[in-house]
Amino acid sequence: MVPQTPATDSRETLMSLQGITLAFGPKVIQKDISFDIKRGSIFAVMGGSGCGKSTVLKSMIGLLKPAAGQYLVDGEDYWTSDPAHRQTVSRRFGVLFQSAALWSSLTVGENVALPMQMLTKMDPATVRRQVELKLGLVGMLQAIDQYPSEVSGGMKKRAGLARAMALDPDILFFDEPSAGLDPITSARLDDLILNLRDGLGATIVIVSHELPSLFKIADDGIFLDARTRTPIAHGAPAWLRDHCDEPQVHAFMHRERETESGRTD
Amino acid sequence: MNSTDRGQPEWSLQAGDDANVIILSGDWIAQQGHVPDFPPDGLHQARPDRPLTFNAEGLGRWDTGLIGFLWALKQGAAQAHLDMRAETLPDAARKLLDLLPDRPAPAPPIPRRRFAPLAAIGTVTIDSLTEIGTVTELGVETARGGIASLTGRGRMRLTDLMSNIRDAGPSALLIVSVVNFLVGAILAFVGAVQLRKFAADIYVASLVGIAMVREMSAVMTAIIMAGRTGGAYAARIATMQGNEEIDALTVFGIPVSSYLILPSILSLTATMPFLYLYGSLVGMLGGFTVAIGMLSVTGAGYFHQTLNAVALNQFVFGFIKSIFFAVLIGLTSCRIGLQAGRSAADVGVAATRAVVVGIVGVIALDAIFAVIATTIGI
Repeated sequence: MVPQTPATDSRETLMSLQGITLAFGPKVIQKDISFDIKRGSIFAVMGGSGCGKSTVLKSMIGLLKPAAGQYLVDGEDYWTSDPAHRQTVSRRFGVLFQSAALWSSLTVGENVALPMQMLTKMDPATVRRQVELKLGLVGMLQAIDQYPSEVSGGMKKRAGLARAMALDPDILFFDEPSAGLDPITSARLDDLILNLRDGLGATIVIVSHELPSLFKIADDGIFLDARTRTPIAHGAPAWLRDHCDEPQVHAFMHRERETESGRTD
Repeated sequence: MNSTDRGQPEWSLQAGDDANVIILSGDWIAQQGHVPDFPPDGLHQARPDRPLTFNAEGLGRWDTGLIGFLWALKQGAAQAHLDMRAETLPDAARKLLDLLPDRPAPAPPIPRRRFAPLAAIGTVTIDSLTEIGTVTELGVETARGGIASLTGRGRMRLTDLMSNIRDAGPSALLIVSVVNFLVGAILAFVGAVQLRKFAADIYVASLVGIAMVREMSAVMTAIIMAGRTGGAYAARIATMQGNEEIDALTVFGIPVSSYLILPSILSLTATMPFLYLYGSLVGMLGGFTVAIGMLSVTGAGYFHQTLNAVALNQFVFGFIKSIFFAVLIGLTSCRIGLQAGRSAADVGVAATRAVVVGIVGVIALDAIFAVIATTIGI
């Protein structure tokens, strides 16, 4: 039995993964993934290194078709719908990649502007205002004309966040947002994520193993196990920390070396 | 760890009544190169029901050379089911040894190659057909994007196109000039030697003119562009692939064809024909220089003979050819970039492949054009 948060969440289900199996050819990354993400929640995908967290995210943003299972967004199956519909759904996604993945030949400002220029009918003045607004929200206005190679890792992450918000998405995906950031920048990013959820009403899916940050912001989540290649716990990180007896989850949440089943070499 | 020199690293096994004792002495420094290996049969003499202990009193300085030896020993002890007691080893060495598993890394599986010619042919066929399909799809998508841009509904950014044109056009002028001038000059040299024997010096002008306009300028310019611009496109797109930049485009739903490929192909298509024309003229200038210097030909005579020999339709033919070459180079190099893996080595592979495929493709396509030209009698 997978430990669960007590069923008090009455919010509407926005996304639902049902029996998803992810594989690269014959190599299964994770199997039997099933969970719901409620509208307006901050959902954490947790697990040790190499357990397939980023792969799950990749599949949710439409970059990797699952080998089996259904992925529903607002009740409609994402992968079996026609490409045009899939495109419409993807337009609701904003993604912050692990490496920020800014387009290196464009300035920070142009990075935020490109989606608007390519995908909307906004006139240049509106685009400019929107770019300034979004860079202002993440505190990056001063770097608007700099190239990604000229700014620091933390600034790249923030610029990536501004770009993820370019088209006002209602679902934001963050892949390891605070990896490689100092504690202060990381804490600021947490506040920013909370403000975005409350201010924009966005639903946020976050892949991370930054425990303090997860305890602070996530209100639901899933724990993926690298050995059994399947989810072993389900619930808010803070709840899992206090209530989950699964040895792996316990060890993860309390930063302990596992004792029961030995070290992972 | 002692700083005095204790000499060569040595070890021995003493199988006593209470325990099997490993005696270590000397300096065990890996980089000095004398550290012994623990042999697979090193514990043969050990008594099976006794523990394995250490005497490290004679041990001098040591580093990971000693740990490597001890690890092999630990594996041997585990295999022989000996109880290894490391208490007498230096503290630091024991802690490092504790971190190491008592089994060696599993041997990599030996890949089994089965001889299956039918399956191999099938795989190659399906892969090739898929590749042709993908390139065609990419080409059609790009063409559609191009038409949309012409009618003003396109999503291509003009700034991207302009910067690509600058890279593919004006920046390539110098190398195109040098190569075509030299090719023209070489043709004139080769022709001069033969034609002088028949006192037909003036026909050097025809030789250089026709060769440059029909074949050499278009092919040489295309080869330069395949090496210069095609390789650069492939490397750029492959790097973007590695940095997840292509993923970011895909997630936004920004078509790679209109953001990346269309400006690349359009800029090549826009510049190549003009580089070809320019190359032809520079090539003829090269021939002219050699002819004036070596042969008894006047400038006016050379000019006149060139005008007589080179018909306009040959320019048109070369012009059309270079457009096809441009599309070929643009499409294949972008496709190879998109197909690349995500490591730094993959970027190099992609750039190399783009250049090779571009050059071979251009020459093969030129051969097809030569057949067509002969058939329609140009």
